[in-house]
Amino acid sequence: MPTATQTLNISVNNLSVTYSNAKLALYNASCTVEPGTITALVGPNGSGKSTLFKSIMGFLKPTQGQIHVGGLTVQKAQKKQLMAYVPQSDEVDWNFPVSVYDVVMMGRYGYMNLLRIPGSKDRRLVMESLERVGMIDFRHHQIGELSGGQKKRAFLARALAQEGKVILLDEPFTGVDVKTEKRIIDLLIQLREEGHTILVSTHDLASVLTFCDRTILLNQTILASGTTEETFTEENLSMTFDGLPISSLPQMYHTSEVDR
Amino acid sequence: MSDTIAVFPLWNWLVEPLQYGFLVQAIWVSAFVGLVCAVLSCYITLKGWSLMGDAVSHAVVPGVVVAYALNIPFAIGAFLFGFGATVAIGYIKSKTRLKEDAVIGVVFTGFFAFGLVLVTKIPSNIDLFHILFGNVLGISQQDIIQTVIAGMITLVVILIRRKDLLLFCFDPNHAQAIGLNTQLMFYTLLSVLALTIVTALQTAGIILVIAMLVTPGSTAYLLTDRFDRMLGISIATSVFSCVMGTYLSYHFDVSTGGSIVVLLTVLFLVAMVFAPKYGILAQNSHQYLKPVENQAQYPKI
Repeated sequence: MPTATQTLNISVNNLSVTYSNAKLALYNASCTVEPGTITALVGPNGSGKSTLFKSIMGFLKPTQGQIHVGGLTVQKAQKKQLMAYVPQSDEVDWNFPVSVYDVVMMGRYGYMNLLRIPGSKDRRLVMESLERVGMIDFRHHQIGELSGGQKKRAFLARALAQEGKVILLDEPFTGVDVKTEKRIIDLLIQLREEGHTILVSTHDLASVLTFCDRTILLNQTILASGTTEETFTEENLSMTFDGLPISSLPQMYHTSEVDR
Repeated sequence: MSDTIAVFPLWNWLVEPLQYGFLVQAIWVSAFVGLVCAVLSCYITLKGWSLMGDAVSHAVVPGVVVAYALNIPFAIGAFLFGFGATVAIGYIKSKTRLKEDAVIGVVFTGFFAFGLVLVTKIPSNIDLFHILFGNVLGISQQDIIQTVIAGMITLVVILIRRKDLLLFCFDPNHAQAIGLNTQLMFYTLLSVLALTIVTALQTAGIILVIAMLVTPGSTAYLLTDRFDRMLGISIATSVFSCVMGTYLSYHFDVSTGGSIVVLLTVLFLVAMVFAPKYGILAQNSHQYLKPVENQAQYPKI
């Protein structure tokens, strides 16, 4: 595996996202994911974690604000195959008639010509990626036949095959056992050593302490951001998980007043 | 010669209709339509666009009427209105708080009703019954040409874009993450959907077209979990049903579209009950035989 020569950051500048039902999901969020780190995005359910994730991946159009990856807009970064995404398990149709090998090969489509005919390099990288996550023996299985941990590893292999410099993982530890979690963490640490920038969204606080260099705490807006030691204070955590800091969110206050 | 007839009365009964050129022609057209529908059917069922297919098929009616009135090929009018309906659905959904199924329901019935009004007001030789239920036995040369052109375009587009379309059905987010144009894929799939409906219009009619778009793919989906095999099974069941349905409809003097769809449905029911892995019988026996999932089976977690 060639090591990445350049490392890329993600910068989120004054981002707000409102859904079509007028629900404010994210409010004035600004943060930076430092290059070459494993950064955790932590917040309770409904805190806007997924919204921020989907905005960074360009799946959602923000109401306001900009996102840059290595100085490029998200769209340009994606065209250059810089960004890989490992989806949450419940976003995948596990009954879809594709094999593990097919899924990992989809990571290479961006490099292929219009007809998406894989070359020898594509096939080699797919096999290497499968090898790396220990899924080579399962490559001919339909994806629904896998266990929870194997499913995660299959999609992680797709991200590896894509050779993205930035890897985003949405809730990678839900529905996997401790052994798989350890294995995924080891792989993420290896990838960081190779110069990848990794952003992990999670609500599992215990695991964050073990492997994340930096942490961003989020609840409707960015509440704290920095090294994991700095941000993991009792004050910050209780602010994130025990109710909203209403004074800093005038618009939200306004909505709740209307509700009454 | 008379001996042959005496020895093989059944054979004679079977072969006799094939002497008629119009029936042989209708069988060929049906087989081609069955092929096109079967291919698209796999994508539509996996994407969950059955209702969209139903909408497009009904929305083409005003297009057919207007095309006849303006004396342009029916395929063009039908395609424009079918595709236009999907654009209208997308636009209304993005601008209102309505759910998609409600928007689809409003738009396609609106288009269909407009078509009914037109067909009863604009003087033409259109037989509404033929639009609704198809008329492959009486298909004109001109209509065959249009059917074949629309079908060929569909097949070529799918052949070239098949991997991207499959990725779009499976994981549009990933398609976007690797910088592919998902808007283009969306409209490509909608266009080939509208074109397929145009292709099948003369054979099955707008009421039953949706069956040809949904049933073969659903039958195949119950029988395999590999896409290539699904495509093969879908094509096999669809072409078989179209050929046999057309042939039998002549013999028993029944609706052609109707008999094609009845055959498709029978094959679906057989697959639903007897499919080796996902059939009802297999699923029931699994409940008793399935071993308790244990981690020891997969030591390399």
